[in-house]
Parts: sequence; C-alpha cells; structure tokens
Amino acid sequence: MKKMNKITKSNLITYVMVIVIYIAAQAMVMTGNMSSLMQGLLVPLCAYVILAVSLNLTVGILGELSLGHAGFMCVGAFISAFFSKCMMDVIPMAGLRYFLALVIGAAAAGVCGILIGIPVLRLKGDYLAIVTLAFGEIIKNIMNILFIGKDANGFHFSTKDVMSLGMEPEGKVIINGPQGITGTPKDSTFTIGVILILLTLFIVLNLIHSRSGRAIMSIRDNRIAAESIGINVTKYKLMAFSISAALAGVAGVIYAHNLATLTAQPKNFGYNMSIMILVFVVLGGIGNIRGSIIAAIVLTLLPELLRGLSDYRMLIYAVVLIAMMLFNWSPKAIEWREKYAEKFKFRKKAKAEEV
Amino acid sequence: MKNWKKGLSALVVAAMAMSLVAGCGGKGDNGGSSNDSNSESSSSGSETVIKIGGIGPTTGGAAIYGEAVKNGAELAVKEINEAGGINGIQVEFNFQDDENDAEKAVNAYNTLKDWGMQALLGTVTSAPCVAVGEVAMSDNMFLLTPSGTAVDCVQYDNAFRVCFSDPMQGLESAKYIGENKLAEKVAVIYDSSDVYSTGIYQAFAEEAPNQNLQLVATEAFTAESKTDFSVQLQKAKDAGAELVFLPFYYSEAALVLQQAAGIKYEPIFFGCDGMDGILAVDGFEADLAQDLMFLSPFTPTSEEEAIQTFVTDFQAAYGGTPNQFAADAYDGIYALKAAMERADVSADMSVSDICDALKTAMTEITIDGVTAKSLTWEANGEPSKEPMVVKIADGDYAVVE
Repeated sequence: MKKMNKITKSNLITYVMVIVIYIAAQAMVMTGNMSSLMQGLLVPLCAYVILAVSLNLTVGILGELSLGHAGFMCVGAFISAFFSKCMMDVIPMAGLRYFLALVIGAAAAGVCGILIGIPVLRLKGDYLAIVTLAFGEIIKNIMNILFIGKDANGFHFSTKDVMSLGMEPEGKVIINGPQGITGTPKDSTFTIGVILILLTLFIVLNLIHSRSGRAIMSIRDNRIAAESIGINVTKYKLMAFSISAALAGVAGVIYAHNLATLTAQPKNFGYNMSIMILVFVVLGGIGNIRGSIIAAIVLTLLPELLRGLSDYRMLIYAVVLIAMMLFNWSPKAIEWREKYAEKFKFRKKAKAEEV
Repeated sequence: MKNWKKGLSALVVAAMAMSLVAGCGGKGDNGGSSNDSNSESSSSGSETVIKIGGIGPTTGGAAIYGEAVKNGAELAVKEINEAGGINGIQVEFNFQDDENDAEKAVNAYNTLKDWGMQALLGTVTSAPCVAVGEVAMSDNMFLLTPSGTAVDCVQYDNAFRVCFSDPMQGLESAKYIGENKLAEKVAVIYDSSDVYSTGIYQAFAEEAPNQNLQLVATEAFTAESKTDFSVQLQKAKDAGAELVFLPFYYSEAALVLQQAAGIKYEPIFFGCDGMDGILAVDGFEADLAQDLMFLSPFTPTSEEEAIQTFVTDFQAAYGGTPNQFAADAYDGIYALKAAMERADVSADMSVSDICDALKTAMTEITIDGVTAKSLTWEANGEPSKEPMVVKIADGDYAVVE
C-alpha cells in the first residue's frame, strides 16, 4: 500500500476525531449516561464548531481579522427562521423544510458576505477588522428594527413598529422587531449538526489544499508577490470571505432551529459573539482547523461545567482563558514546553536503547 | 513537539471527561449546593424533598432582577420549611444563572433537570422564558414565571405567571391616563431593544386612540444607548407633551428624570411596574421623582401586615427594600405551595404527574400574596391582578385610589 500523504492523513484524523466524538456522545445518550445539560449542549456545540472552523478560514487561511462573524450567523439565523415560520403549514415535513432552511440561510449569509466583502476587502489589517465589526453591528441593528407581518393580503414590512404594518386583524407578526422571531420549529438535531460539521470540514479542508486555497494562502503570505504572479487577489479574497460567511450562516440556521425564540441581542449576535468565535480560533491555533474544533468544544463546555461555582465561574472562566493563552502562545511557555518535550523524548530514547 | 501536543490534547480530553463525570456525580446525590437555601434538607434525605428550580440572570446587565427573584424565592422557601414544608415535605430551592440569554437559560434548565427539579419558578426575563417554556412543554414540567411578562411566556398550558402581561400593562396605563384625564398630548419613550418595553408600548399605542390620547412623540432608545435621553426629552418637550409615558426599568428612568429636570421640562411622568425601586437608586434625588406615577402590583410601604412582615424579613435577610421582582417570586413560591397542597403532591411523584396535577390545582387556588389580595389564576396562565397606581410624594410611595 502506498504511504498516505501527510495532508490526507492529517485531514483524516480530523474527520475521524469528529466521528469518534459523535459516536461516543450518541452511545452515552442511548445508554442514558449523559446528563440533560450535556444533551442540551450537543446542538449548540455543533453550531459553535462550525462557526470556529468557518472563521478560521478568514482569519487563518485568508489572514484577515474579521470581527463581524456573528453578523453573518445572524443573517442565516433570521432568514432561515423566517422561512421555517412561514412554511410551517406549507411544508409539514420537518426534514425537507430544514434542508431548504439550511440552503436559504447559507445562501443569504453568503450573498451578504459578498456584498460586505466587496467594499471591506479593499482594506486590510486593523482597518478591515474595524469595518467588519461595524458591519456586524449594522446587521444586528437592522434585525432589531425589522417588523414583518403576514395576513391575507401578503407580507407587510415596517421599520417602525407593529402598528404601522397596517395588517388585517387576523394577520400574524412574524418578525417582531427586538422581540425577534418566536416559535421557530425545533428542527436541529445532533446528527444533522454533525453531518453539517463534516460537510463544513470537507469544504474548508478541500479548499485549503486546492489550487484556490494555495492562491488564498499566497495572498496572506505576500500580497504583492501573489499579485505579481497573476493571482486575482480580489477574487480569491472574496471567495474565502463569502464561503466563510455562508458557513457561518449554516451555524446560524442550527442555532435558530434549536431555540424557540430568536432575538438579536449583543450577547448572541453582537460583537461579544464575534469576539467569542475569534477566541475559539486564536486559542485553537490560527490556521489550525482541528484546534478550532477542540477549542470551540472546550470553551463552550467550560462555563457550563463550572456552574457549580455559581457567580465565580465567570472569574474562573476568564482566568482559565488567560492561563490557556499564556500556556499555548507565550514564547517562554513554548520554550519551556520544547525543553520538557526534548527531555521526555531523550528519556524515551534512552529507555529504548536500554531495551 | 508534535508528540507533546498530542499528549496535551489527550490530557485536556481526559480532564473534560473527568469533570463531566464529576459534575454528574455531584448532581446525583445532593447537588445544587451552590445556591442551596435550605440546610435541613440533608437530614431528611433526598427522597423526601420537593425540589423547586429557579432560573434568572444573576450576572450581566439584568442581574438585579435575577438577584431579587432569587432572594424573594429563597426567603419564601425558608419560611415554608420552618413552618413544616409542603404537605409536611421539606422544600429545596436551586437557582441557576442564565445571563439573560435564551441559550444559557436552556442550559440552566437542563442543569436543574439533572439536579432533579420537580417544578420551575422561572425564568425571570421574557425572551429566555419563551425558550425555556418550549423545552418545559415537551418535558411536561410545571412552569411558573415570577416576572416573564411577554405574552408568549405562558403560551402553553403548563405555564403560569405571577406578574402582569405586557399588553395588559400598556392597556391599563392608557385606560388610567384616559379615564382620569391626566393628559391629552402624550409622548412615549421606550427601549426598542427590550421585549418588555416594546410590548407595553405596542399595547399602549393601540389603546391610546380609544382613550382620546394623542401620541405626539414616540422616541425609542436601545440597550446600547441608554445613558443620554436629552434628544428624546427635547422632542417630547417641543411636541408639547403633557405626559411622558416611560415603559421601562427604573435604572434608566432615573436618568430620564434627572435629564428632564436639567432641561426644565416638567410633564407628568408615568411608568409601569419596572419603575418600582426608583427611590433606591444610588445618588438619585427623591424630589426629582415627585409626582411620578406608575402601575405596580406591590408597594413596600403598604400598611398591610403581610407586606410589612415580608419587607422586614427581606431587609433582615438581604438588606435593602425588596422590589416587585422579589415580591413576585415570594408570591410565586407560595402559589406553588398552595397548588401542591391542593393537588396533594408528594416528593416521589414524577415531573409529568406533578405538572398534570398542578395544571388543574393552579386554577383552583386562591392565595393572599404580597402583590395582590386573593390572587387566582385562569387556565391560560394569567393571574387575576388589578394594578394599583402608585404616586411618589415627598420621597415615598403612596397608592392612589
């Protein structure tokens, strides 16, 4: 048998890791060994993993700091929840409806990514980060003033309040401004979430190792050199950015179809969330997809597992975050780790020689 | 290096698995020690305890409301246990933080379920309450929210609430202003990012024309811009509003009143139950709130004996005057007690059985609480409460008849 390519092997490890976690979790659920808390966390975990992986595409592979990722998630969540709410009676089949919601959510977020990407990607570095932050906030605030109702005459839109929709009395308000959408069908399941994670991984990993991916990385490493060899910088930047946005939209769909209420608060779709996702990526290692997955899982579970400490958990969470960052990324810590690793290796070798 | 990283990841996974197991184990036996208000429960054994869960924000921007509910409920649980419990069974109360976030609220709900919760007092805020309500419905868990005011909070038959609903407050406010001819030109300032505030505003605006009220200015603010109200106040002033309706919480209302005094604008200010507690704001001069009116189910200065005892006990236990959130939670626990006694609930009944029993019992009970006399519930989850209008005079609350 031919020896496996190093990249293929690394990718395979990532896929297998996800599948193993899935099987382990499923087994625990089946045998009743998993607490309700953990069961409730399974679907959000899928959403966060997809978010982390998709942001890693922008931050790690494209090399641009985006602080508006939650905005794309917000678009996907709202559009898909709106769709599901409208189609609840028309398409009674949950599976088909959810599939369509996923497609629509991803497409809407992707289109948003392109629209925002065209002006934003002319900038770079800090400037780009700040403009994406602004766009994320704009998206969130638009969702907060949007009122959409439906009655016999069709849809009514307003940006003021429910009264100005001018609906018939029996009309139903679907998006109720800051109150968002309530009563979204609970279609997200862990299995679908894991399938979507695998799909995300498939898209991202294949993109990275494709011709386009190498072009994107060459732009990251040296824009001028990339341009000089004829790489269309705008095209590839936009490609990475919009794919990343579309995947964030998928995460938004999962999020929206897991909770009965969807509101655009700073906490779930504002910059807080964007920075949270960035923390997943940075902690897991910029450009390291597998690391993003692990970091997203660890950091989502951590505050929940620390619930026993009540109010102190926020403090502990922050302290753990600082400690982990230092341990992972401080030069002294890396030096110490390498030294320790060498000693360890040396000892192993010595042992092997003894034998 | 590579090996080392693998070792680390294995270690992290192991640590997580361990903490998971540890977490579950802890919850199994006597759990919830963090917020446990009751020390006697351990002696009576875990099988003979009724476990009531609570959910609300104890961290973040809405923490004051969550804390109030937690304290109010714990006080009630303590009193009930000292008086012998429900049907002779001790009660255990466990309050979990939801950070005013729907997702975290569902996590908190699941944590409580692991702990063995048999009925839920919560959640405190509206949006999380809708999310938890959905999950509680599928589990058939009895839910009584002390202060979730949005209509959808009690959309299922297993959900009840202690407080008023948003539309009801808006409607009652408009009616009161119209019937007492307080003003004709009315301005509204509301928090467009808040479910509570928008809900009241919408009902108010719908009812206003029926009461011959003219809405001359409608100004919104959001959670991110709630420190400067000069623009909104100036617009209301320019439009000649005689009354400004403020359907939001007291912390922002205190700023509005201060800034209105700054521009020498003195209309009648009218608020809702969220206004309760404004006199306790640090650095707020009470005379600014002179003649401020608001709807409230609860006045801590009332002469009534039940309220006086509650206020004194609360002050002794936690310091500070209880607000209406604490009062709602206090009544909520007593309502649960009354319903459980009526339905003859015992500690070994399953969650679903308790819920089914409580659903009917809840509509049959009448309690004399601190937020209302002879409080009853409809099957749709709404309490029978008449809002009182409270007017602040000389730095104190007074009920207007």
